[in-house]
Amino acid sequence: MEIVLSLAIGILTASGLWLLFRPRTFQLLLGLALLSYAVNLFILASGRLRTDAPAIIGKTGTPDPSLYADPLPQALVLTAIVISFATTALLLVVVMASRGLTGTDHVDGEEDGQ
Amino acid sequence: MFDSRFLIIVLALPFLGSIAAAFLPTKGRNWAASLASIITLIGIVITASYYAMLTNGGVVRYSVPWLPSLGLDFTIRIGGFSWLFALLVLSIGALVVMYARYYMSPEDPVPRFFAFLLSFMGSMLGVVFSGNLIQIAFFWELTSLFSFLLIGYWHHNQSARDGARMALIITATGGVCLLVGFLLLGHMAGSYDLDRVLASGDIIREHDLYLTALILILLGAFTKSAQAPFHFWLPHAMAAPTPVSAYLHSATMVKAGIYLLILLWPVLAGTMSWYFIVTSVGLTTLLLGAWSAIFQQDLKGLLAYSTISHLGLITLLLGLGSPLAAVAAIFHTINHATFKASLFMAVGIIDHETGTRDLRRLSGLAAFMPITATLAMVAAAAMAGVPLLNGFLSKEMFLGAALEAHSGTILDVVLPYLATLASAFSVFYSIRFIHQTFFGPPPVDLPRQPHEAPRWMRLPIEILVLACLLVGILPTLTIGPYLKTAVQSVLGDQTPHYSLAIWHGFNMPLLMSILALIGGAALYAIFGPRLNAIDRSPVIGRLRGRRTFEAALAFLIDGARFWHTKLGTSQLQVQLRLLVLTAIIAGSTPFLTLGYRVGPEAPIIVDPAFAILWILGAVAAIGAAWQAKFHRLVALILIGICGLATCISFLWLSAPDLGLTQLVVEVITLVLLLLGLRWLPKRRSDIWTGVTTPLHVHLRRGRDLLLALAGGLGMAAISYAMMTRPATDSISSFFVERAYNEGGGTNVVNVILVDFRGFDTLGEITVLAIVALTVFSLLRRFRPAPESIELPDQQRRQNAFDDAREDRQRGDTLIHYLLVPRVIMEWLFPVILTFSLYLLLRGHDLPGGGFAGGVTVSIGILILYMASGTRSVEARLNVQPVRWISFGLLCATGTGLAAWGFGYPFLSSYFNYLHLPIIGKMPIASALLFDIGVFAVVVGTTVLTLIAMAHQSIRSPRARKPEGDSIKTTNAEGDS
Repeated sequence: MEIVLSLAIGILTASGLWLLFRPRTFQLLLGLALLSYAVNLFILASGRLRTDAPAIIGKTGTPDPSLYADPLPQALVLTAIVISFATTALLLVVVMASRGLTGTDHVDGEEDGQ
Repeated sequence: MFDSRFLIIVLALPFLGSIAAAFLPTKGRNWAASLASIITLIGIVITASYYAMLTNGGVVRYSVPWLPSLGLDFTIRIGGFSWLFALLVLSIGALVVMYARYYMSPEDPVPRFFAFLLSFMGSMLGVVFSGNLIQIAFFWELTSLFSFLLIGYWHHNQSARDGARMALIITATGGVCLLVGFLLLGHMAGSYDLDRVLASGDIIREHDLYLTALILILLGAFTKSAQAPFHFWLPHAMAAPTPVSAYLHSATMVKAGIYLLILLWPVLAGTMSWYFIVTSVGLTTLLLGAWSAIFQQDLKGLLAYSTISHLGLITLLLGLGSPLAAVAAIFHTINHATFKASLFMAVGIIDHETGTRDLRRLSGLAAFMPITATLAMVAAAAMAGVPLLNGFLSKEMFLGAALEAHSGTILDVVLPYLATLASAFSVFYSIRFIHQTFFGPPPVDLPRQPHEAPRWMRLPIEILVLACLLVGILPTLTIGPYLKTAVQSVLGDQTPHYSLAIWHGFNMPLLMSILALIGGAALYAIFGPRLNAIDRSPVIGRLRGRRTFEAALAFLIDGARFWHTKLGTSQLQVQLRLLVLTAIIAGSTPFLTLGYRVGPEAPIIVDPAFAILWILGAVAAIGAAWQAKFHRLVALILIGICGLATCISFLWLSAPDLGLTQLVVEVITLVLLLLGLRWLPKRRSDIWTGVTTPLHVHLRRGRDLLLALAGGLGMAAISYAMMTRPATDSISSFFVERAYNEGGGTNVVNVILVDFRGFDTLGEITVLAIVALTVFSLLRRFRPAPESIELPDQQRRQNAFDDAREDRQRGDTLIHYLLVPRVIMEWLFPVILTFSLYLLLRGHDLPGGGFAGGVTVSIGILILYMASGTRSVEARLNVQPVRWISFGLLCATGTGLAAWGFGYPFLSSYFNYLHLPIIGKMPIASALLFDIGVFAVVVGTTVLTLIAMAHQSIRSPRARKPEGDSIKTTNAEGDS
C-alpha cells in the first residue's frame, strides 16, 4: 500500500507541477487542484496508513489511541479540502476577471510572444 | 491619592479621546478642544496625586501579565523623574490645546488635529510611564508616527509632506536602532524590566556588548532629540502648525531622547566611551545649533535651531558624567520646555496676526501687540540666560559643570571657553529675535494689519512666562522639592549637594554669564544690522543635512530598483520555477548528504484493487496534465477521476470524514469550473501546424518536464521514507483520549475541529466568508472578453430551432430540455436537504459534520438550479447566502463568547445529557451549536459563489442587449 500511495503522490505532484509551469491560467488552476490532492494525501500519510480503523471511539473507558487511525492529520486535511475549494473559486474568478480585463488568459496578463 | 491602576486611565484616556475626536464632525473644533482639555486635566489631576508616594526615591508600579513566558509584562512605572516629565507633557499639552483652539483655522479639519495631538500625548505618556524596555520602544515608535502625522497635517503643502517624511525616516530609523539596543540591554541585564535593568548598571558597563548597545541606544536618542548630525530634520519639521512645533518639537517629543539618556544615565554613563560620544555630540550640536540660529530669517527656523542648540547643551551635560551635571540637565530640560514653548506660541501669534514670520519684514510690533511683545521678551530673556529667570539658573549650573569637567583631556581646557561662546551666541540670537521683531520703525507692507491676539490665545503664554519668572525668582519655593524628587529617583545615592539659590557670590560661572551677556549684546551691536542680507549660515551652511539625506534616499531607491530589475521578474512562470527548484534543492540536500534509506516498518500488503485504483488515478493525472491546454472539458473530467481516487483512498485509509467531504467538495468544484469554462478563450491546437515547433519551445518544455519529474520523484521518495518509519509520538493521543470524556463526541476528527481546535475552525470559516464575498464583489463588476459574450453554440442552435417554427417561442426548447431528469432532480431536493441535516447532526459522533452537511445543502440547491434554470428557481426560492454567512459567523462566535459568560476561556465547550420526554436521554454539546455555525457559513459561501457564477450567464448578455432575451442558462458549455 505504501509504495502505491507514494507513487500516486509522486505522479500527482509531477502532473501538478508540470501544469503549474504552463502559461495558461486554466492549466494553472488544474495544476493546483492536482497538487492539493497530492499534498492532502501526503498529510494523511504522515499519520501512517491504517485500514479499517477510523477514529470513531467507544463511549466507555479511556480509548487506546493505538487502535485508531491518527485523527490529527485528518482534521488538518479536512480543513485543507474546504480551503482549497475557496482558493479554487477565488482563483477562477480572478482568472475570469483578468481575462476580461486584459483580453488574454496568459498567467502574466500579457502574451509573451509564444 | 489613587491606586496605581489609575495610571492606566491616564494612559488610555488620550487614545480613547483621540478615537472619539476622530469621529467628530469636521467643523466641531470647540467639541474637540473641550474633549482634549478635559482629558488632559483629568490626566494632570490623577498624575499629580501620586507625588506623595514618589518622594525619597519611591516608585509606583502596576503590572499586567502580557507574555509571561518571555518574562514580559505590561508594566506601568513612575518614579520622581518620570512623574515630573509626565506632568510636563500633560500641562504643556493642556496649554497647547487651549492655544490650538484659537490658532487653528475653522477651515481646517480641526478634530483630526486634536485626534492626532491626543494620540501623541498618549504615546508620550506611554514612553514616560513604561516599566519595561520593549514597551518604551513601542511607544517611542508611536510618537514618531504621530509626529509624522502632525507635521504632515497640512498635507496639501509640499514642504509639510517632505518634512513629515524626513522626520519619520530619521526618527524611525533611530527607533529601530533603539529597539536593537534595548534587546541587547535586556540580554545583558537578564530582564527587560526597567527596575531590574537600572539595578544592573555594573554588569552592563562591564559587558562585552556594552559598546554596541550604547551606540545603538544613543543613535535612537540622538535622532529623536535632533543631535548632530541628525539635527536637520527638526527645522524641516517646522512646516507643522505652530502648536505642534511648540509641543512636539520643542517641549516634549524631542526631549524623549533626553528623557531616555537621563533615565538610563545610572546604567550607561560613567565610562570613557559614553563621555566621548555624548559630550562631543552634545558640544557639536550646541555650537552648530547656536551658530545656525543666528543666521535664520524665519522666526520658527531661529527657534528650531535654538532648540537644537539647547538640546545639545543638555546632551553635553549628560555626557560629562558628573551627578551635578545630571542635575543641571534635568533642570534645564524643564526650563527649556517652558520658555521655548511660550516663544513658539508667541511666534504663532505673530504669524497669525501679521501673516509672516520673516525677520526681514517684521519690525516695531511692540506698538501693535504690547502684551505679546512683553511676554516674548521675558521668555527670550530666559532663553538668553538673564538673571531672575529660570534659564539663568540652569545655565549657571551648566557653566559650573563645564568648569568642573575632569576627563584629563583637551576637552577640560576648551569646554569653559566653548560653553561661554555658545551662551554668547544664545544671547545674540535672542536679542536679534526681540529687537528685529518688536522694535524699530513700524512695519510696512505686511500681509495683515497687526493687532493684539485674543485673550485666550495669550493665556497659555502668560502662564508659561509666569512659570519662568516664579522659578527664576523663587526656585526653592517652586520647583525645588519636585526637582529634588526627580533627581533622587534618577541618581539615588549619588545625589549631589546642589543649591538653587540665585546668588552664589561672585564666582566663575557668574563671570562667564556676564561675559556671555555682554559678548552677545556686543556681537549683535556689531554684526546685527548685516544679518538680514545673509541667506544661509556661513561656514556650516554648506553642510546641508537635507541634501545629504535626499541623496542617500535617492541612492537607496535607485539601488533597490537596480537590483529589482536585475534579479526580480514579474513573470509568474519564472517565479514558480525558481520556487519549485529551491524546494527541490532544499528537499534533496539531506538525502544527498545523509543517503536515502527506507524505514524499518513492514509495509501493508498491497491490495490489488487499491493498485488498480491508482493506476487509473495516475493515468488520469497524466492525461489531465497533457490535455489541459486544448481539451479543457476532458481535463476536468480526468481531474475528477483523480479526485475520486483520492476520495476512495481516504475512505480506504480510515478517514471517512475526509472521503465524505472530498466527495461533496469535488462535486461543487467541478460545477464551478464548468461554469467558468465559458469565459475562457477558445484555444486551438493548430498553433504550430504548418511550421515545426521552435527549438526554444522544446527546450522550455523539456526543462519544465524535468523539474516536474524531479519534484514528483522527490515527493514519492519522501512519502515512502516517511510511511515506512514508525510514527513519532504526537499530541494525537491527547485528542483520542479526551474526545468523549471532555468533548462529548465519539468522532474524534469532528471533536478536534469543533472543540479542541475550534479557534482554527472559526478562523477558517471566516476565511471562507471573506473569499465568498470577494468572489461576489469581483463578479458584480465582471466584464467578459467580447468574444465570450455571444451565446454558446448549443443555445444558438436551440434558439434557431425555436425561431424557425411558427408555434414555438424562443426559449421553449430550453424549458423542455431534459424534462424527466428535471422532475426527478426537483424531487431530490428535500431528500438531499434531509440528508444534509442528518450529516450535520450526527457529525459529533459519526462521520459527517458541518462542512460535509453544508456542502451537501449547496449541492441540493445547485441541482435545483441546474434542473430548472436560474430564473425559475429564484422566482420560487429566495436563498440569501449573505444572511446564511452572517448567521453562521454570529452563531459560531456567539457560542465561543458564551463560554466567557460562564467564566471559561473563549470557545470552551459544554457537554451534558438532556432528559426529554418520549425521546429520553439525549446528549447536548455546545459544540453542536458551533457546528451549526460552520454549516451555515459553508452553505452561504458555496451557494453565494455558485450563484454569482451562474448569474454571469444571464446577466452579461442582457447588459449588452437592452431588449432582454429570456435566456436561461446555468450550465455553460465547455469549449473543448
